[in-house]
Amino acid sequence: MSDHPPDLPLTEPADAGTDPALERQLLVLDVNGAAHEVLCEPRRTLVDVLRHDLGLTGTHVGCEHGVCGACTVLLDGRPVRACLLFAVQAEGAAVRTVESLSDGRELSDLQQAFADHHALQCGFCTPGFLMLAEGFLAERPDAGRTEIRELVAANLCRCTGYQPIVDAIHGCATARRAVRREN
Amino acid sequence: MKPAAFRYHRARDADGAVRLLAELGEEAKALAGGQSLVAMMAYRLARPRHLVDIGGLRELDRLRTDADGALRVGALTTHHTVERAPDSLLGPGFAVVRETMRWIGHLPIRTRGTAGGSLAHADATAEWCLLAVALDAELHVLGPHGTRRIAAADFFLGPYTTALEPDELLVEIVFPHPAPYAAVTEFAERRGDFALASAAVVLDRDGGTVRGGRVALGGVGPVPLRAAAAERVLADGGTFAECARAAADALPEEGRGAAYRRQLIRTLVRRACEEADAR
Ligand SMILES: Cc1cc2nc3c(=O)[nH]c(=O)nc-3n(C[C@H](O)[C@H](O)[C@H](O)COP(=O)(O)OP(=O)(O)OC[C@H]3O[C@@H](n4cnc5c(N)ncnc54)[C@H](O)[C@@H]3O)c2cc1C
Ligand code: FES
Ligand code: FES
Repeated sequence: MSDHPPDLPLTEPADAGTDPALERQLLVLDVNGAAHEVLCEPRRTLVDVLRHDLGLTGTHVGCEHGVCGACTVLLDGRPVRACLLFAVQAEGAAVRTVESLSDGRELSDLQQAFADHHALQCGFCTPGFLMLAEGFLAERPDAGRTEIRELVAANLCRCTGYQPIVDAIHGCATARRAVRREN
Repeated sequence: MKPAAFRYHRARDADGAVRLLAELGEEAKALAGGQSLVAMMAYRLARPRHLVDIGGLRELDRLRTDADGALRVGALTTHHTVERAPDSLLGPGFAVVRETMRWIGHLPIRTRGTAGGSLAHADATAEWCLLAVALDAELHVLGPHGTRRIAAADFFLGPYTTALEPDELLVEIVFPHPAPYAAVTEFAERRGDFALASAAVVLDRDGGTVRGGRVALGGVGPVPLRAAAAERVLADGGTFAECARAAADALPEEGRGAAYRRQLIRTLVRRACEEADAR
């Protein structure tokens, strides 16, 4: 915005007292199985509520407009972009974040597969890929490599070159299938 | 960026949503899956003062094939629901609709984004818009004065511009005729991106013989367009290669990327013809 006068703020000065759009609303969100009350403006996205209001900083935020997938969480079991969802839209749905994958002592099988296959380097993208894969495998437990390759195109990773991520998800799916056959 | 402030309203039913939109006027927008609108708001390309959230209107989240053969898609049906629909809801005559979903963005976009949102957003290369034009869909719209039906051919007025009034909701998309021999194909620079160009072909077949067909193109104009010259070739018994050439030859020769686009369309139309015929 080069034509913007430098002495003016980029956002309109707004006063919560006079501007009804800035009023905060009380939300009840179901996150990782617990009910949370949050008081926030309607424009607050789910990813911002998770990170800033609930302190769940496992979910990352990159682009804030739906392109990178760093913010992927599960909504009623399905992967969604938490930056393209206002928190108020998530009321009544079950939200799951990366914090739900393990109890903090032991990694989940999917997380362990990422570690085993070196599917992370800097780790910025990892929570997003984990939740993408978690939601996907729940629905498509029998998916093969081709489908997994298509899936991971959803998220950006600048480090790994994707191959180890495909290997990790495929490895986890294969191990789960073996367990299922045994039972 | 963070979206500008707005007031949030949650609609309880479609009539209520329309009344609210009428009352709030141009400053209000319907919010469905948010996969286009929230991104536009994050860029501050859109800064509505009011959002009317229609996402909870379960009555608009439905999919069925009628006894008369028509496919009816509720406006709030997600791309993902269609992608996973069993034959009992989406019969073999509309397999092309199911298969086209995989071209739309990525899984986490498809789990939220809706058919109605895509059509109302009217991106020139959106897959739902191409399907609507290729399959002659009828769009059912609810306004403060009742419902009206708009043919797909009259619905798209330009990029991001439709025949919808600000206080109207798209409630249902009806595909009247089964299209068992149809295919959609496209090219994007990366998987999941919006297409540079796309082609839909619906063949009329009599036994093994092609009697004619419909060809629609995305990414070559402000809205998805039928390719009349290519359709004439099919009706006259021409080959798929001739049909594809006619589609490409009808495009402008001048302008940035024109030659590339013509080449792309020629390839895409031929592929779509072959895939449609191989069903
Ligand atoms: C990374 C990314 C990639 C994408 N790739 C593709 C792609 O390849 N192809 C593609 O087609 N799309 C793509 N999309 C867009 C996606 O398909 C959206 O789901 C769709 O464009 C809008 O649907 P929505 O339900 O999310 O609508 P919203 O974003 O909620 O709304 C979009 C617009 O439509 C209006 N609207 C919504 N529903 C109605 C209704 N029932 N009646 C009247 N007006 C309504 C809203 O007011 C708004 O103006 C992509 C999006 C992202 C973020
Ligand atoms: S931060 Fe949500 S997709 Fe990039
Ligand atoms: S591990 Fe660094 S971005 Fe994926």
